[in-house]
Amino acid sequence: MDVLLLSRLQFAFTTFVHFIFVPLTLGLSLLVAYMETKWLRTGEEVYKRMAKFWGKLFLINFALGVVTGIALEFQFGTNWSRYSAYVGDIFGSLLAIEATLAFFLESTFLAVWIFGWNRIPPKLHNASIWLVALAANLSAFWILMANGWMQNPTGFVLRGDRAELESFMALVTNPFAWGQFLHTLFAAYVLSGFFVLGISAWHLARGSNVDFFKRSFRIAAPFTLVFAVALVIQGHSHGASVAKYQPAKLAAMESHWETMARAPQYLFVIPDPANERNLVELLPVPGGLSMLAYHSFDAEVQGLRDFPKEDRPPVTLTFVSFRTMVGLGFLLPALAAWVWIRRKTPEDSPRLLRILPWVIPLPYIAIQLGWIVAEVGRQPWIVHGIMRTEDAVSAGISVGQVGFSLAMFTLIYGLLVAVDVYLLMHHGRKGPKSSVKGDDTRDADAVGMRPASTMA
Amino acid sequence: MMLETTWFVLWGVLWAMYFALDGYDLGLGTLMPVLAKDERDRRIMYNAAGPFWDGNQVWLITAGGVTFAAFPATYAALFSGLYTALMLLLFALILRGVSFEFRRKVDSEAWRKVWDVCHVAGSFLPALLLGVAFANIFMGIPLNAQGINEGGLLDLLNPYGLAGGVLFVLMFSLHGALWLGVKAQGPIADRAAAMAEKLWMALMVMVVLFLALTAVFTQLFVNYLNNPVLFAILLLPVAGLIQARLALGRRAMVKAWAASAVAIIGVTLFGVIGLFPALLPSSLDPAYSMTIANSASSPKTLKIMLGVALVFVPLVIAYQSWLHVTFGHKITDADLEYEEAY
Repeated sequence: MDVLLLSRLQFAFTTFVHFIFVPLTLGLSLLVAYMETKWLRTGEEVYKRMAKFWGKLFLINFALGVVTGIALEFQFGTNWSRYSAYVGDIFGSLLAIEATLAFFLESTFLAVWIFGWNRIPPKLHNASIWLVALAANLSAFWILMANGWMQNPTGFVLRGDRAELESFMALVTNPFAWGQFLHTLFAAYVLSGFFVLGISAWHLARGSNVDFFKRSFRIAAPFTLVFAVALVIQGHSHGASVAKYQPAKLAAMESHWETMARAPQYLFVIPDPANERNLVELLPVPGGLSMLAYHSFDAEVQGLRDFPKEDRPPVTLTFVSFRTMVGLGFLLPALAAWVWIRRKTPEDSPRLLRILPWVIPLPYIAIQLGWIVAEVGRQPWIVHGIMRTEDAVSAGISVGQVGFSLAMFTLIYGLLVAVDVYLLMHHGRKGPKSSVKGDDTRDADAVGMRPASTMA
Repeated sequence: MMLETTWFVLWGVLWAMYFALDGYDLGLGTLMPVLAKDERDRRIMYNAAGPFWDGNQVWLITAGGVTFAAFPATYAALFSGLYTALMLLLFALILRGVSFEFRRKVDSEAWRKVWDVCHVAGSFLPALLLGVAFANIFMGIPLNAQGINEGGLLDLLNPYGLAGGVLFVLMFSLHGALWLGVKAQGPIADRAAAMAEKLWMALMVMVVLFLALTAVFTQLFVNYLNNPVLFAILLLPVAGLIQARLALGRRAMVKAWAASAVAIIGVTLFGVIGLFPALLPSSLDPAYSMTIANSASSPKTLKIMLGVALVFVPLVIAYQSWLHVTFGHKITDADLEYEEAY
């Protein structure tokens, strides 16, 4: 165990945990905002209860997203100080912009939303959750421009001992970064959709709060289908973008060893990286890989053997993660289509209702696998083609220090994730409050129509 | 050097904003075992920070992010150099943050107790660690020619570092007690005000002691002696503390709290101005210090970031002020009954 390995494990682990919470924030904020708008438009109480119920699950999840996010910012300085000094001019500024533009907005207006139900005009209250949704998605934009720059560095010059900003425009129009941004966003929306569908199905299967959960189901169904389909289409073009900008990553994703024109796509492969080949290759689609990567059956696809050994990403992990993600990527739209067909009468399909709660983990798994492809597939580089991960780790820290912090992270995050999953399941199963009558009396209270002395 | 100097000032201002805002949340958490007699009191203290703590904490992320963006080499040396201290700060802040959200989600005495412990420790430790860290920054740490800190965690716990820790704990506790006076009513508000009076005395003693120690242990006064007009910055903490005490005497809690915020900003800026042009001095050799000259980003990045900061930081201050006004009212029974309350 050395500082490099421990620091990589720590960053991987803390990012992994952070990203359990982030995607739900991105999509559920939009759905909750929509529910509340629907309440304002129709005046139907059930939509207010929906915004409150799903909002509560959103909040349990949000708190952990916030606290685990700070850990990532800190680690660039603590564990990757040579990286920070080298790219701070570019990467650091994107992080600072994210905090200034998005985090303040998100945290402030989320507080307004939580505490403002009886205190501010309903329209302003609804606007605040839309601002939270906007800020969450804005934050995704800036952080993915930052990560996209590590994948496909643009708009910089190497000057002295660091990378310096040459064109800010090039940073925010980085085509690879945009591909990652949309891919992550769509995946997060699909995840959020299945979260709402799964919990709704669980209640519908038990006949509890039927009207409430049918309406939730109805709102989530088209949202999920649209983004599940968009994700597949956009995912394909993002794959082509990987082929263009990171050919070694593409070769690892496909476990493709030999450079060739008309490269086939094997439906079943067992990689054998030690011998620079595949142990098993079955069911070829002739020219399939060329077609997928370059939109031409005759295109030449670079194989891993073309890259020096020290420039190749780990093959098996990247390959297996990619395959599994793609498999889930096709399964989820199919399920979403089934959901959509049943959107008006979900209670008539007990099988669908039984399956959907078990689908909740699948997009979570897919999204984590996607990040393994993106980050492990970028190795050995921390900034693709510019800086190696091994050159980025802090110089002055010890194995003892990183071992201690990694152990603490494991302990604390382990507990927090367990608590979070427990709370989400507990409150998700409990369902909404039967009515919001209590709020009405407090509404009266807030404007002084009732003495505030009836508190227990 | 104009751009770099501007960013140096902004860097100090962002830290000062963080201390002046999250300071009262951390102070509230620190004082909870002393001021809260029962569950109702504890809930009042949680809800006094409730709508604000998360937005306040973003100033820390921004101050850190700006150090990264504007002075990357300082960020690298500072964060890797203070590795263990920062990790402890991080773990504490993580537990503090989730305690708000988690403690009322399960109806059990033991459950709440667990999160109360996390909350108190997660508030006290950051106050202490931030004080220790900044005192050591003021004094300088043993940075070598490679920008690596040759000292360890225990070297931070020197007399001056510890004095800084005590100073911050007292400063934040007073700030928190005053905010509780703003938000609470009845016996707990009276206790908060009485506690604030004691804390104020202790803080006055500590401020004088810290200034004396600063003259002994640090080079901060060099800038002031070379340019005596700078001493004017000390008017902020002095006037802030005096005004805080006068207003506290009249139980004008909002004024007292605002004055205490001015004092915190003043103390921070006093240190930062003394540091100039270094952000992180080396105690081994001034040539190894991280300064605005050898650690700043390119002028292009600084310019773009300055544009962003000049537009958005005032906007943030505006909507966070509105948040404080909208939710600055006294906590009532109805507020505690409110479904979404902590």
